[in-house]
Amino acid sequence: MTQKPRQKPKMTRKSKRLILIGCGLGFLGLAVALVMTAFEDSVVFFYSPSDLAVKPTDPDRRIRIGGLVEDGSVSTGPGEGEIRFRVTDGGATLPVVYVGILPDLFREGQGVVAQGALVGETFKADEVLAKHDETYMPPEVAKALKEQGHWQDGAEGATRKVPGS
Amino acid sequence: MIAELGHLALIAALVVALVQTLIPLYGAAVADPRLMAIARPAAMVQFLAIGISFAALTQAYLVSDFSVVNVAMNSHSSKPLIYKISGVWANHEGSMLLWVLILALFGAAVAAFGRNLPLDLRARTLAVQGLIGVGFLAFILFTSNPFERIPNPPLDGNGLNPLLQDIGLALHPPMLYLGYVGLSTTFSFAVAALLEGRVDPAWARWVRPWTLAAWCALTAGIALGSGWAYYELGWGGWWFWDPVENASFMPWLAATALLHSAIVVEKRGALKSWTVFLALVAFAMSLLGTFLVRSGVLTSVHAFAVDPDRGLFILGLLAVAIVGSFILFAWRAPKMESGGMFRPVSREGGLVLNNLIMSTAAATVLIGTLYPLALESMTGEKVSVGPPYFEATVVPIMIPAILALGIGPLLAWKRANLKAALIKLWPSYLATAGMAVVALVLLGAPVGAILGLSLAVWLAVSVLVEWADRIKLFRIPFGQSASRAAGLPRAAYGMSLAHLGMAVFILGAVGETFFSSEVVRYVDPGDKIEIAGRELVFEGVEHRQGPNYVAEVGIFKLEDGEVMESERRVYPVEQTSTTEAAIRPRAWGDIYAVLGEKADNGRSTIRIYVKPLVLWIWIGCGLMTLGGLVSLADRRLRVGAPGKRRAEAWTPAHAGMDAGDD
Repeated sequence: MTQKPRQKPKMTRKSKRLILIGCGLGFLGLAVALVMTAFEDSVVFFYSPSDLAVKPTDPDRRIRIGGLVEDGSVSTGPGEGEIRFRVTDGGATLPVVYVGILPDLFREGQGVVAQGALVGETFKADEVLAKHDETYMPPEVAKALKEQGHWQDGAEGATRKVPGS
Repeated sequence: MIAELGHLALIAALVVALVQTLIPLYGAAVADPRLMAIARPAAMVQFLAIGISFAALTQAYLVSDFSVVNVAMNSHSSKPLIYKISGVWANHEGSMLLWVLILALFGAAVAAFGRNLPLDLRARTLAVQGLIGVGFLAFILFTSNPFERIPNPPLDGNGLNPLLQDIGLALHPPMLYLGYVGLSTTFSFAVAALLEGRVDPAWARWVRPWTLAAWCALTAGIALGSGWAYYELGWGGWWFWDPVENASFMPWLAATALLHSAIVVEKRGALKSWTVFLALVAFAMSLLGTFLVRSGVLTSVHAFAVDPDRGLFILGLLAVAIVGSFILFAWRAPKMESGGMFRPVSREGGLVLNNLIMSTAAATVLIGTLYPLALESMTGEKVSVGPPYFEATVVPIMIPAILALGIGPLLAWKRANLKAALIKLWPSYLATAGMAVVALVLLGAPVGAILGLSLAVWLAVSVLVEWADRIKLFRIPFGQSASRAAGLPRAAYGMSLAHLGMAVFILGAVGETFFSSEVVRYVDPGDKIEIAGRELVFEGVEHRQGPNYVAEVGIFKLEDGEVMESERRVYPVEQTSTTEAAIRPRAWGDIYAVLGEKADNGRSTIRIYVKPLVLWIWIGCGLMTLGGLVSLADRRLRVGAPGKRRAEAWTPAHAGMDAGDD
């Protein structure tokens, strides 16, 4: 932009100002176009296991899922570094496989959010979101559980009372 | 007793803050110097009162006074001393107390260093600073009192979240808050200028050092946070485009823009209302950050449990600050006389371009961060916007900024010769082309990496070219060049260092992003792991006892015999575990090993990364911060408000160099 005007001898203040504003708007327009296309490609929707049971999603699309890690469902293998567990919202359960090391605050019976894609019946996670605080419940998970009638606001330790159905 | 004293001091601070707001504002309105003069002592007393309050809470932590709820919830008698201290701000209530302490510190600093500010500007600035204090002190006293007592104190406390028991995170919040809250000062200056309806170069000269100080702290704070995430969380990443991270990045972008536009106001008297607007936006972004972090409305990898009522209170403060200041801006800004126009090809033109890009970037980050909130409140649909969005927007927006950054400092004020500047940059073209060829042929790098590495080299070499040009290196005898180099203003060195830091940062970020490798495996003791042409041996797991935790230690041996240890710690008090990655940092790259849980087959899960050049990310941030500090140490900024004497003293003397002090 700096090299733009091959200046004609007399440019009025007004035309200079117009050029500046024009450049600015052009740049902003470009940025808006970038934002729009980026949104189209990269917004990730959240589903609870019950949502997925009702309406299947496009298998190529990256999604986020969340719920509680079902008690006693965590196992490893058979593949190298694989960890398997089931995520439940009380209404439905979803098997998840993840390759890697789970975050420290990952626990059975606790809330979890994972990102990845649905491959057949299994959710292949490439990212399991960690949290820094064991009492933290991701808002999506809290909402998904509430929809299934398993969680109330402010009920201390309510997460652990959910049946591991 | 001491806790009650702290509580009382906090109430006193609120009263003093009210006085600091109302009386000087009224005094300025009726032009009564005695009433305006109250602002200074009030700012000092407010700082003192909050200081006493903060000391009281610290004391409660030091002696482990578990009759104070906050201490009982967040501390434990067995915790090492340093984490007892950092525990003060590692929780909601304490961190808000630190927030107002720093706010009052900046108020007191304006009062102390602002002796030669015009009386009414000082009175109004301190009054606005006091008003922010009123809002946040009320927030603490009504929703988050850190001094609350429990009738039956427990024998010991709940302990501190072990993830936070780390030196990086002990320093990260105070540093970040210095940055966030430091921007309150420029906000107060801006509101005061709007009240006065006047922005002159003296105003800009005042605003610049405060912005610079806040910017340095913000840069260092963000770097500390990213460093902490890298080595403590054990995921090997350093930036996740997470809402909480974005919350600190947006004020950084706004502050960076402000830093540069203030130079134009100071040197050329232009961009006045834009600069005032940026000052308002920068602090609004800080408040937004505080709101996002403290309210938990967005799912974040860095989220902590939160209380919605508090979020609402901060949202209220945010709304008052934004709506109030923007209305004031809309009302008063048109009345300010606009500065001179200027040519696009000039130093100020370059700085405008910087501003345009920085604010566009800030806007895209803002849109991406708030989009999920907006969509959910409108349609109820839950979405998240992750790294792909930000990489697809912020990175391309920044590319022209880096290109222009190489040229801008070579342009003169008012009217510059672009062609001459482009000719001077010939070494940059050679180096950039060389880098591109090396990346393509030797490394076989992907397009993004070639572009990134070339940009880093372009910027670094251009910074050197600009420096060499200033001291006329190779054009005049070497001795004369050396004395010119010694005579350059510190602000010029500050600029070069900060821009060089940006180049170094890009180098590190590109290296880590494009050349990392990763292996996840099950291993038995004695197993060999090959990664990126290197070989590690897993030696096995040992059990160890730490000061307040027990650890399983995974031992890895490198081919050069060096031993790396990754720990899985269990903290019995907090009943949580953390992972300590084993990192061997080297200039060419880090080896990063993490011990995972035992698999069902009895073997250990391990994850190894090789992360080329990652160290340079933080070295780059360090250089940027250092550049800011060096610039801050410039005599011209330190002297404060301009006397006529001073203006004459340096303008002619530095006429040539004056061209480049940002």
